[in-house]
Amino acid sequence: MIEVRGLTKRYGSTVAVGGLDFDVRPGVVTGFLGPNGSGKSTTMRMIIGLDRPDAGTAHINGTPYHRLAWPLREVGALLEARTFHPGRSAENHLAALAAGNGIPRARVRAVLDTVGLSDVAARRAGGFSLGMSQRLGIAAALLGDPPVLLFDEPVNGLDPEGVRWLRGLVTSLAAEGRTVLLSSHLISEMALTADRLIVIGRGALLADSSVAELTREGRSLEEAFFELTGDSAEYRGNDHAQHRRTR
Amino acid sequence: MTAISHRAELLAGRYGFRHAARMEWIKLRSLRSSVWVLATTAAGMIVIGIVTIAATEAPQAAAAEPVDPLNNLLAGLILGQLLIGGLGVLVVTGEYSSGAIRSTLAAIPNRRLLLAAKAGVFGAAALVVGELVTFGTFFAGRLALTEAVARPGLGDPGVIRALVLFGVYLAMVGLIGIALGAVLRHTAAAIGTLAGVLFVVPGVLAGLTGTTVAKFFPTMIAGNSLAVTEPADDVLSPWAGFAVLCLYVSVALAAGGWMSARRDA
Repeated sequence: MIEVRGLTKRYGSTVAVGGLDFDVRPGVVTGFLGPNGSGKSTTMRMIIGLDRPDAGTAHINGTPYHRLAWPLREVGALLEARTFHPGRSAENHLAALAAGNGIPRARVRAVLDTVGLSDVAARRAGGFSLGMSQRLGIAAALLGDPPVLLFDEPVNGLDPEGVRWLRGLVTSLAAEGRTVLLSSHLISEMALTADRLIVIGRGALLADSSVAELTREGRSLEEAFFELTGDSAEYRGNDHAQHRRTR
Repeated sequence: MTAISHRAELLAGRYGFRHAARMEWIKLRSLRSSVWVLATTAAGMIVIGIVTIAATEAPQAAAAEPVDPLNNLLAGLILGQLLIGGLGVLVVTGEYSSGAIRSTLAAIPNRRLLLAAKAGVFGAAALVVGELVTFGTFFAGRLALTEAVARPGLGDPGVIRALVLFGVYLAMVGLIGIALGAVLRHTAAAIGTLAGVLFVVPGVLAGLTGTTVAKFFPTMIAGNSLAVTEPADDVLSPWAGFAVLCLYVSVALAAGGWMSARRDA
């Protein structure tokens, strides 16, 4: 269970996240949707204590992240693709993290096997493709076998097989009763994976409901998303053809 | 898909320095580059020491000051401090530039504890290398000394103290590197600052004002107070110099801890 209350983050005069309130419940996959720059990553970084909120709290099963006794055994997080030193092997990277939280060494082999990196475990991780880096990040998230998991854009760089594998992984983690928060801007992916959705735009909550509710009356999730975020897209491209006509 | 279902048994207690230090130790020895830098530093410094000592000439009978072969021997090692300090910088900045700091902090959210573990582990490794280099150079250098110069012995007054403190000094530069890395977070900025503090600023000050201010800079303390059997009157005594260095290291690490706890990762 993740409880976010009044979470706020400012960068100078820009409000990245403004007074966000939501719960992420166990047993279901909760999707975290929003346009680029809407504050998804900042919110997730605050949940695991990388960024300090200017106001508000984020609690994990009742405790703020920095007070957890064994953080990796309680929360697993994939926040960015490359969160390892390029000169270190995947195995040593995970072994160091395991040692830091008293996680049995056998878990390193187990999670490498889960994400399919066993064969390259001894290689310098700097040579990994984006997809392999994502898999290593997922392995690190699973290392402590945590009841709460956060994945920020996990399908980036994964091949179609990997995308399908991840979908199965995320669904089964939730089915085991874990709390899963999954961010993506791929709406089609969300439609396939998520049970509930939290939609934010410009750092504010736009919707917190089930996928079924958002797509009632035959509306597609994409249509629902654009209706919700219509006014809050930070960066918007322009129609290419229209652009040519006006020249 | 098989591996995620069995939960690791939950330990009582919570993570602490011991866990953070084990993590940092695995990280230090699993980077081939750091192991190489430490090894080449050790080898290179011993060679420099031997070359310097072999060039030491016998004092002229009329010379006012007796030559201190120990100082010649250790002064050659002064350059090597930049390698150890630079490696200390990289222990911290390497994590920021690669993004590894995010997984590190996910495991050890207590940032002061993390910095303490980094300092403890790297400081201990640098201390071993520092003492190895210092004593290695001493024994090798003794053999390289020309016949005309009296060979210093371990039992001579001040020799053991000079050797031990010089080895400790090298480790302290490593700790200052760690602290600078934590404050600045950028490799080039931190190594530049380190080189400025160690070489450029004291050099300029020594040229302008003599030893008045320059004697308080680490390199000057190492070369003129620690690595001599009998320091001159216008520099700090060995133990005063050592105390000043301890103060620098504590202040630098405290600043590093404060900065890393305060800023977003």
